[in-house]
Parts: sequence; C-alpha cells; structure tokens
Amino acid sequence: MTLEERRSWAFLAVAVVAYGVYLATVLARAASAPLVDVDYVPAMLWSIGSSIVAGIVLGIVLGIFTPRRDQPKDVRDRDIARLGERVGQSFLVVGGVAALLLSITEAPYFYIANVVYLCFVLSAVLGSVTRVVVYRRGF
Amino acid sequence: MVKATSVTNNIRALRAANGDITQASLAERIGVTRQTIIAIEQGRYSPSLEVAFQIAHVFGVPLDDVFHYGGSHS
Repeated sequence: MTLEERRSWAFLAVAVVAYGVYLATVLARAASAPLVDVDYVPAMLWSIGSSIVAGIVLGIVLGIFTPRRDQPKDVRDRDIARLGERVGQSFLVVGGVAALLLSITEAPYFYIANVVYLCFVLSAVLGSVTRVVVYRRGF
Repeated sequence: MVKATSVTNNIRALRAANGDITQASLAERIGVTRQTIIAIEQGRYSPSLEVAFQIAHVFGVPLDDVFHYGGSHS
C-alpha cells in the first residue's frame, strides 16, 4: 500500500470521527435545549481544528512508518487524487447553494453553519472513499 | 479481480522473457511505484501514453507488443 493510499484511509477516518464527535456533542446538548439555541460554535471549531491537526499528524506518522519504497508519489497517485478532488467538489457546490438558500430565507445561523460544515465533511468523505475505492478496484 | 479498463497487456510475460525483471525493478526504471506496475499488470489502471512508451522501451519492443485495446489482441 503506497503512502498516498494510507493517507486516503487516514483522512477518511479523521473526517468521519471528527464529525461524529461534533454531531454527538451537539445532539447531547440539544437534549436540554432547542436545536437552534445549542452553543455549537466551540464544538464546531474544535472539530474542524482537531481534524486539521490530526490529518497533519497522521500524515507525518504514516510517512515515518511507511517503507521508503512505498513513499514516492507517482502519476497514478496524482490521477487518483485529481479524481477524488473532482468527485468531492460536488458537495462543496451543494453546500454553497444550500447556504445561499438558507441565507436568502433568513434561516438561523445554526442551520447555515451546519449545512456548510456537513457538506465540507461529505466532500472530504466522498473524495476519500473515491480514492480508496479506486486504489483497490482500479479505474 | 475486477477489470477496470479495456486495455490488456503482456507485461508479466515480457518481464519473464527478459530475465525475470521484478515489478520493483521495472517500476524503478520508469519512475513509478511497484503498486502502479501491479495495477497496470492486473488491468486496474490504464497508464498514460508516456508511461506506456517507457514500459515498451524497457523491454525494447513496440507499444503494440505490450498493450492491446479491447478486441485488438489476436
């Protein structure tokens, strides 16, 4: 398994875990207050910040523990990375459009922020899943 | 094994016919990873034209002797 494939698995895991923890935190707080009144901002910032840090740290750790022969990035890795980015971008567009519509309708900030964050996560997950599947099954 | 491409190849046979060149050695000579050679051999990745020519060059044969598309292989 090349370093880039390992990193794809790592980014997928980080995105899922970070969002899962955020969702659990917000839903737990929503048990005692209406959803739109939940103080979601600190949890969201922690979730985004920790996923960025975890992604960087995991990338470095994987680089240290991956055999040297599996470390170089070649033309196939770049092709797969491009495909993953293209697939993931669809959700960024969906998130942007959803945030626009929510803003126009003057929806609470809670929904605007969360739909954007959800689409960021779905973009990362879809892009990572695409890369992992393509590494395994080919294209 | 899933065949993700219509491009087939004789790389495995050519490696054997040329002194059992290893996948790692072939990968090193054309500047890709061993996993990429494995993926190409198994039909899971269609290489770029440049990589295809580089592989043919290593074996000293025309491109047609290495790669075949769809039903073009006789």
